[in-house]
Amino acid sequence: MADKVLMKGNEALAEAAIMAGCRHYFGYPITPQTEVAAYLAKRMPQIGGTFLQAESEVAAINMVIGVASAGKRVMTSSSSPGISLKSEGISYLAGCDLPALIVNVQRGGPGLGGIQPSQSDYFQATRGAGHGDFRMLVLAPASVQEMASLVFKGFDLADKYRMTTMILADGTMGQMMEPVSLDMGEVKAYEKPWAVTGTKGERTHNIVNSLSLLPEELEQWNIRRYEMYKQIEETEAMHEEFMTEDADIVVVAFGVAARVARNAIVAAREKGIKAGMIRPITLWPFPKKVLFEKAKTAKAFISVELNMGQMIEDVELSIRCSRPVYLCSRTGGMIPTPEQVLQSIEKAAKENGGDKE
Amino acid sequence: MIVFEKPKALADVKLHYCPGCTHGIIHRLVAEAIDELGIEGRTIGVAPVGCSVFAYNYFNCDMVQAAHGRAPAVATGVKRADPNNIVFTYQGDGDLAAIGTAETVHSAARGENITVIFVNNAIYGMTGGQMAPTTLPGQVTQTSPYGRQVESVGYPVKVCELLSNVTGAAYLERVSVNDVKNVKNAARAIKKAFRYQLEGKGFSLIEVLSTCPTNWGLTPDKALKWLEENMMPYYPLGVYKDKYAEEAGK
Repeated sequence: MADKVLMKGNEALAEAAIMAGCRHYFGYPITPQTEVAAYLAKRMPQIGGTFLQAESEVAAINMVIGVASAGKRVMTSSSSPGISLKSEGISYLAGCDLPALIVNVQRGGPGLGGIQPSQSDYFQATRGAGHGDFRMLVLAPASVQEMASLVFKGFDLADKYRMTTMILADGTMGQMMEPVSLDMGEVKAYEKPWAVTGTKGERTHNIVNSLSLLPEELEQWNIRRYEMYKQIEETEAMHEEFMTEDADIVVVAFGVAARVARNAIVAAREKGIKAGMIRPITLWPFPKKVLFEKAKTAKAFISVELNMGQMIEDVELSIRCSRPVYLCSRTGGMIPTPEQVLQSIEKAAKENGGDKE
Repeated sequence: MIVFEKPKALADVKLHYCPGCTHGIIHRLVAEAIDELGIEGRTIGVAPVGCSVFAYNYFNCDMVQAAHGRAPAVATGVKRADPNNIVFTYQGDGDLAAIGTAETVHSAARGENITVIFVNNAIYGMTGGQMAPTTLPGQVTQTSPYGRQVESVGYPVKVCELLSNVTGAAYLERVSVNDVKNVKNAARAIKKAFRYQLEGKGFSLIEVLSTCPTNWGLTPDKALKWLEENMMPYYPLGVYKDKYAEEAGK
């Protein structure tokens, strides 16, 4: 087993990107993700890579488009307001079928909001990362280890499907220190015959493009992409379960909320309530099937989030509203306490007959 | 005997540009430079939103289509991905001097080793003739129907003059394609800008004064005359910066 090192989430993420073969990073300072940039500013020159502080988030994402077009692994990172600025480029990445990795270490919003941890960009990441019909792979780490391993995985998925992967973390994951193993395994190489590498006089020119003025053609491009998305929904959804085997009350939570919920579930079990948790690791594709199956035996669901209730809609859709779904959340940079989650579990148990053995 | 050929870097397809538009000439000049320097196989062009976005169909080298104003940032990425490749952008005035001002200024400030072809025709062409950052005072457009009123919307942006103060910029020249003499001079400037990139000299921008007969509401010949009489006095031709000529002269 590989040795573990003590690292900050943002730094583990940055190092994992290098291990995944990423040699180009473009960023712009914004709290609470600046450590990613600071780390790579130091590391990239040591390994012949590019670290560039762009003039804006808009420029940074377009530099990402440039490197991705040339067929190389590339990353940018930001926090909520900065991601909004990147949304134009995110849409172009999708329209051009370019693989790239974008990190959002979320903070409270809307507007300038605050700088404390938040999950209030869930809708933005899973629904509206930019204009047009498209999806983005969204991975939600709940530990420093996952800050690293999901970046590694994220690059692979991006290349595999020629899509953008977003790491949707929060300030806690970015700032927290934990032991992490950087043994990431082999980097899988993907052929990129579509990339603009120069024709070398050996082939006709490649064009990286999202424009079509023919509606029939544009429709077909979108349909093809959605056929692929459908396949991804079948095969790439990831989740973790905790004490769900016999659970009456199923908590659904990701990121830091899942860590809080875990404590509450243990406390609920001590009180005789059969609580458990499904932790989505991929927010898109959302682990719909698992929730749907669980709804056949569970009595109620609780969505624990650091926002006003965003993922709860996916929970309700997944179980097709067949069970009551409660919301337990704090927002604006506040984090729910285990006691708050426990109270929600007790309430849900009481109202749905899950409090009796 | 063949005495006149299409440049090899230019695709053998029909251009979509309006009659009398000078994009065709400028495309040809870029293609000639690529041919003469023998760099087609390692050249990558970036065509952002505007009339010339379809340039990706017209050049035989690899091409990337970019969002409005973002070409220099995309080009930065392409160039950094493989510095051995030759990267150029082909941008209009709205693109380069309005929505993409930051990308233009900062790619110049970084001394990014790319070549920017800046086509200035004083109007937004693709969207049907709106006021551009380079629209002349008093010039009538769809969004300046009473003529550009400098009191309320300010003055045109003179890009070469502006960038001449940017330390990172290596070579800036304003040329025109209104007559044979100026076309030949434009050809020389464009080729030099590509050569500078080959030599690793950094950021070059060639501003090409161009016509838009359709949106100016003029016939092609009258449009060329309008360019001469109105644009050339406001946007004087010439070299605005040549870092290496300056250094050589010292």
